[in-house]
Amino acid sequence: MASNQTEPKGHAIIERSTTLLFVLTLFVILIGGLVEIVPLFKVQETVRPVPGMRRYTPLEQIGRNVYTREGCYTCHSQQIRPFRDEVERYGHYSVAAESMYDHPFLWGSKRTGPDLARVGAKYSNAWHVAHMIDPRSVVPVSIMPAYAFLMNKPVDPEQFGAHMEALRKVGVPYTQEMVDRAADDIRAQASGEDADAMLERYPKAKLGDFDGQPDRLTEMDALIAYLQVLGTLAELPPIDTKVEARP
Amino acid sequence: MAVPEHDPLTGYKTTGHEWDGITELTTPIPSWWVTVFLASCFVAVLYMWLFPSFATTGGYYRGSLGWSSRGDLVDDVAAGRAAQATWRSALVATPIEAIEANEDLRRFATTGGRAAFGQNCAPCHGVGAGGQIGQFPALVDDDWLWGGTIADIYQTIRFGIRSGHEEARDSAMPAFGELISAQEIDAVARFVLALSDPTTLASRQQMPGAPIYATNCAACHGAAGEGGRDFGAPRLNDAIWLYGGTLEDVRKQIVVPRMGMMPAFTTRLDDETIRMLSVYVHTLGGGER
Ligand code: HEC
Ligand code: HEC
Ligand code: HEC
Repeated sequence: MASNQTEPKGHAIIERSTTLLFVLTLFVILIGGLVEIVPLFKVQETVRPVPGMRRYTPLEQIGRNVYTREGCYTCHSQQIRPFRDEVERYGHYSVAAESMYDHPFLWGSKRTGPDLARVGAKYSNAWHVAHMIDPRSVVPVSIMPAYAFLMNKPVDPEQFGAHMEALRKVGVPYTQEMVDRAADDIRAQASGEDADAMLERYPKAKLGDFDGQPDRLTEMDALIAYLQVLGTLAELPPIDTKVEARP
Repeated sequence: MAVPEHDPLTGYKTTGHEWDGITELTTPIPSWWVTVFLASCFVAVLYMWLFPSFATTGGYYRGSLGWSSRGDLVDDVAAGRAAQATWRSALVATPIEAIEANEDLRRFATTGGRAAFGQNCAPCHGVGAGGQIGQFPALVDDDWLWGGTIADIYQTIRFGIRSGHEEARDSAMPAFGELISAQEIDAVARFVLALSDPTTLASRQQMPGAPIYATNCAACHGAAGEGGRDFGAPRLNDAIWLYGGTLEDVRKQIVVPRMGMMPAFTTRLDDETIRMLSVYVHTLGGGER
């Protein structure tokens, strides 16, 4: 092991001082970190609010959980991109505010089936039931799996307040009243009875029996309630409105 | 031990380090590489300057070109509309009954209508509008629930059926399971089936179901089962069934009627597209004048 007699120069100065190397490394990493983290602090300003958006009703949120659990997002995106072919087919492109209550978001990245961001109100409940029980019964060439078992999976309205509490912790602004009345709101939406208070909390919610089994509350009810609300809440300007003229 | 500043073989500088007699060259990076690297840096900065690139305190930097994918879309859509402008404005300007008389306009409308049908209607009415027995009516025949003129069809597509839209076609057959006895339901169901059976023509009015039908059903379905379009009540004296033509199917419909629902399309499609769809459906075979 021999050492150099001359004074270190250039990068040799850094290489020979652990402290200096450490401090400078940290500095370089910090730049990358700032670039990634600063935008997160600005999300509140970046997401432009859109009139009409509201939190999911408890029943819709249960349906959303079923959607997540069954991995529907592995075949379906919920994200209409701003291209002419997409907006001609699916409608207005998706905007950030439409996902503001999504935890987790379910944008997906693969389209084995069509995009579902605006599937709400496109079909009747009866069609969805028939399609979920056996997709081939209504779309003969479909390769979508059947989810008939959801017709027999009961939903327990009493347990869901705690789940909403948890969602509140990760940023969904459910009020205390919404959490306390979760069970009532689930029953009101699925039966259509005594739904005034619920509609006040969640305007434009679709009411009634969704799965064609009025005497039972199942995951099929919840999933269809969720599908029927997708894309129906945001009030967006016509697609050909100039970008500068948008709210 | 001093390390030589230059390697005698290559003439390049060394790092000045020496480990057990091994020294290391500081061969310079080839100049082509340095040029490409610097050019890439330049392009990156140029790109950041021209296009939306980074967050700022008040939102994001929009780029000196003012480009956005959403702006591009507005232009794309406008270009698409402009290419079809003559036909689209003719579609809206022509009274809907007169569209088919114009050969070119009809061809434009049926082509566009077929495409829109595949995306919006085929999952229910079937590819080619053949319908799905037990659920969704065929649109290729001349058996209409609500009416088969092009104006009727146009209205059906715009507002839907029992869709919740305030102008939707709407009606409800009473659930007779709670109104009349099981025996009466059975009798009237047999009578309904007899309506489409020509061999019962002479004897059918003597059936026990006949008076029950006259009191409870004729107001909507017609005295002879000819149907009532004001209520969307199907013809019962033909062999075309929406929900099936077995005794069991008919009984089920009388006990707890299934009421078909079709969404309103005014909220989803523009008027031009709905007109194209109307022409397409009307020309499928069963359109009425
Ligand atoms: C293996 C991939 C796959 C999975 C998983 C899948 N789908 Fe599908 N889905 C499809 C395909 C393909 C279609 C198009 C054919 C059809 O309509 O059945 C489709 C169509 C649909 C449609 C109709 C969309 C339209 O606009 O016509 C809905 C609604 C739907 N799926 C919901 C779901 C839900 C909810 C789940 C999860 C419970 C799910 N899908 C899981 C492949 C899939
Ligand atoms: C969710 C399923 C569904 C979709 C999607 C749908 N329909 Fe229908 N449609 C129905 C049902 C159900 C009926 C019959 C309603 C009834 O029982 O009165 C119907 C009836 C009709 C009728 C009236 C038939 C008659 O005999 O009077 C027309 C016309 C029609 N549909 C056209 C269309 C067109 C065009 C589209 C696409 C833009 C479309 N439908 C999309 C379910 C659907
Ligand atoms: C208020 C009007 C009304 C009355 C009264 C009524 N119906 Fe109906 N009926 C309808 C309508 C509307 C439909 C179509 C439901 C649909 O389109 O989904 C229908 C459908 C049916 C069908 C199914 C037809 C098919 O093609 O599958 C049968 C069978 C039927 N009715 C029998 C009866 C009988 C029997 C009675 C009397 C006991 C009766 N209806 C009374 C309105 C009525």
